[in-house]
Amino acid sequence: MKGRWLTWAPLVVFMALALLFAGRLLWPEEHVIPSRMVGKPLPAFSLPAAASDRPALDSRQFATGKPRLLNIFASWCVPCAAEAPQLMALRQAGVPIDGIAIRDARADVDRFLARHGNPFAHIGLDARSSVQLALGSSGVPETFVIGGDGRILHQHIGDIRADDVETILRIWQEAR
Amino acid sequence: MIAELGLAALWLAAGLALLQLVLAALGLGRARAELLSGVRPVAVAQAALCALSFAALIALFLRSDMSVLLVAMNSHSAKPWLYKFAGTWGNHEGSMLLWVTVMGLAGALVALLERTLKRATHMATLGAQAAISLGFYAFLLFASNPFARLDPAAPDGQGLNPLLQDPGLAFHPPTLYLGYVGLSVAFSFAVGALLTRTVDAAFARAMRPWVLGAWVLLTIGITAGSYWAYYELGWGGWWFWDPVENASLMPWLAATALLHSVTVLATRDALRAWTVMLAVVAFSMSMVGTFLVRSGILTSVHAFAVDPERGSFILVLLLLYIGGALALFGLRVGTVREGRQFEAVSREALLVVNNLLLTVILGVVLVGTLYPLMAEAFGHKISVGPPYFNAVAGPLALALMLAMAVGPLVRWRRDEPGVVAGRLLWPAGVMIGMAAALGVAAWGRIGVLPYLGLVVAAGVALASLIPLTKRNLRRTPLFTYGMVLAHLGCAVSLGGMAAESAFTTERLVAMKPGESVEAAGWRIRFDRAMPLAGPNWVAMQADMAASRGGEDIMLHPQSRFFSSPPTTTSESAILTRWDGQLYVVLGEALDDGRWQMRIWWKPFVTLIWLGGLMIAAGGALTLIGRERRGWMLKLRRRNAEQPA
Amino acid sequence: MRRLVFLLALAFAAPLTAQTALPPAPYANQQLADPAQERKAHELMLTIRCVTCQSQSIADSDASMAADLRSEIRVRIAAGEQPEQIRAWLIERYGDWISYRPTAEPITWPLWAAPILLLAGGGVLVLGRIRRRRRNA
Repeated sequence: MKGRWLTWAPLVVFMALALLFAGRLLWPEEHVIPSRMVGKPLPAFSLPAAASDRPALDSRQFATGKPRLLNIFASWCVPCAAEAPQLMALRQAGVPIDGIAIRDARADVDRFLARHGNPFAHIGLDARSSVQLALGSSGVPETFVIGGDGRILHQHIGDIRADDVETILRIWQEAR
Repeated sequence: MIAELGLAALWLAAGLALLQLVLAALGLGRARAELLSGVRPVAVAQAALCALSFAALIALFLRSDMSVLLVAMNSHSAKPWLYKFAGTWGNHEGSMLLWVTVMGLAGALVALLERTLKRATHMATLGAQAAISLGFYAFLLFASNPFARLDPAAPDGQGLNPLLQDPGLAFHPPTLYLGYVGLSVAFSFAVGALLTRTVDAAFARAMRPWVLGAWVLLTIGITAGSYWAYYELGWGGWWFWDPVENASLMPWLAATALLHSVTVLATRDALRAWTVMLAVVAFSMSMVGTFLVRSGILTSVHAFAVDPERGSFILVLLLLYIGGALALFGLRVGTVREGRQFEAVSREALLVVNNLLLTVILGVVLVGTLYPLMAEAFGHKISVGPPYFNAVAGPLALALMLAMAVGPLVRWRRDEPGVVAGRLLWPAGVMIGMAAALGVAAWGRIGVLPYLGLVVAAGVALASLIPLTKRNLRRTPLFTYGMVLAHLGCAVSLGGMAAESAFTTERLVAMKPGESVEAAGWRIRFDRAMPLAGPNWVAMQADMAASRGGEDIMLHPQSRFFSSPPTTTSESAILTRWDGQLYVVLGEALDDGRWQMRIWWKPFVTLIWLGGLMIAAGGALTLIGRERRGWMLKLRRRNAEQPA
Repeated sequence: MRRLVFLLALAFAAPLTAQTALPPAPYANQQLADPAQERKAHELMLTIRCVTCQSQSIADSDASMAADLRSEIRVRIAAGEQPEQIRAWLIERYGDWISYRPTAEPITWPLWAAPILLLAGGGVLVLGRIRRRRRNA
């Protein structure tokens, strides 16, 4: 071995690795994949109605000057039922909410809404997840705050818990 | 009682490991040589107690003693005995106990069998082995006690995951573990040689059988694991470059490099410092792999296994042992005399090329596996997957194969380039012929890497046989046969990989009962799908018939549903022919009465694992050949000493 | 043991509960009629990471969202889109994470440089050990 440094290089490399490992043990990976569409305009889409008593959903319905929530849900999704009360609370606070039902059937959506409440103004049916993919959403439920100019302001991944309501409400209010 | 006995034996074994370390350290350090005579008996007693402890755990699993927490969590009284038995190591605590048991037994074997090494080096090696064992004993006793009681006892166990209830479980993990832990012996040899400043050819000859043995077992373990994943996962893949697979590949790569550098050191007394480094790296990679899997820091799907406390414990062990060994290396390598230099055209030089390429591949796999972690430290979330590993490791592996073909045809010390080129005439001709034929037959239809893979495999297969030509085959030593077989195995495996990725036919079809489909010359008919009840599952089983001109062969792929834990598994139906495998998976039922099917014809895919077994068998032959020669030499010497 | 954990992991990655109320999308498990197009689509799918299962490609996943993405990719390829356009479209939405093939962003430069640097560094060391032949000639 030539230089003295070379004999210590393996130890240095190993220590760097150990530091990396220790860091990851202290700060575990977050298993969410945030959408890169936040800050960008809502992609254009037009979806048929998912429920019998709500109109269909079109992306043009968002850029109306007023911020709205866009909730991604499905009748077959358990956490979606769990977040229903929080969505109702947001609706009661005056937040307009639209929904997109993923890989769903109209009869199932109707039953789901009858059981868990219906906070939605419009509900679109995304049978092949194509709008979900366009939004960069990686699961159900997810909730987006859409600004009055049609931009995506915020993405909430997972079900909305009681203590998330305030944050979402604040983001929505600030966008007004 | 058995549990308490097992725990007591484990504590005693740990105490003896400590004693073994202290005796070796004092005996060597203060030159109180009389203490050293105690090291070997203690090493043997330690192994016996640890084996007793492991036997106690096996007994608890076989008896389904539900008052032991580990048994209650991982076993079930109604399981077949094979899965009760294998279930002993199908969990974290049991597998770590297997780890220390193997380590203790390996140490005992080193204590009993090793005769050629200098006494001081031998004792230092046993001391190092005890030091490593001690850390893992501590890990077991303080953070993963397998004998913890459950009070009150559970009425019955929670059962073993359905996917693990496969004969593969009885075979694959112990083989891999034997390999990993076998490398600990090489590690201890390296530490012992550094401590006593005896890195030389004799040290290399003493270490070689251990490296060979561990490498053979690792090869079998990885090959078996690859086939297990191939038939069990139902996606037709045999290697996914998953972090967990890479964790088992890295020690193998290091051990392969070590195997060749140790030969250079034993034969030509060169590559001293490098061989010591590799011996340290090989076992370090085993421990890093264990850490990556046990701590679950790499992929989210391993989340269920994450245990930060255990992860931290293993990390501390890594720092102690790897950090310690590397620091010792830094301190002592200056005292290791530089080995000899090489001629550019010599066996040594090619073995150095082999080591360089293997090390670079190891480095690439390590960097690729850990890169997402590093990138995330800088706030970027990225993935490094098969496209990277194939693109980077693929060409390196092909270059390695070429070096492997040339190496055995070059003489030690020095050879003439022209003569070597002459020996390579036939393989080169075969490669050119293969390249031309494939180019005409399949140009544009197969990728560059599979194309090169097939060409190289053909040439290397022929070249690997050349060492057997022009010599008396009956007087050719066994280890030469071993090398030829292992190298041929590499070519066979490469051929299988290349053929599979170049020529696989995939058909995704939805079929009604009675319908047929064509795939790569096969006609596959779907007769019916019927429910079927197993011991702890219900399945949908398809009756299918495949034929290729001749008679119908029945195939029965299943889709199995287990209720606890709720899991769906596909039991693929695999039909093996000499020229490939037909692989059929039953998918879901569609609304219109059709069934989704995935059908593959994979030409020569079996060569991948056949090659792996040939490599392992070659290693075993070499081991036997080397050992036998050692015995013969010793015997001859003894006979010469005794006047007739 | 490692392999066991791996198998376990994949088992749990498979859908345990329903992820859909509908049959799979038309091209989720149906190949394109044109073999060249199908090959393009399949090669792309092998390099796209499944967002709901995290350590499988969408080509090897039973998750409904992976199936929908397979269908989306086949439909787009059939409509004449190039695989790299689709990859870029997905990266725009999910970030570099979604591509198993690392992109050419600056953050990945060390990754692509690693083999070259290792080979060059090792090569220099090896050359230092080789005796010059000239001397003897």
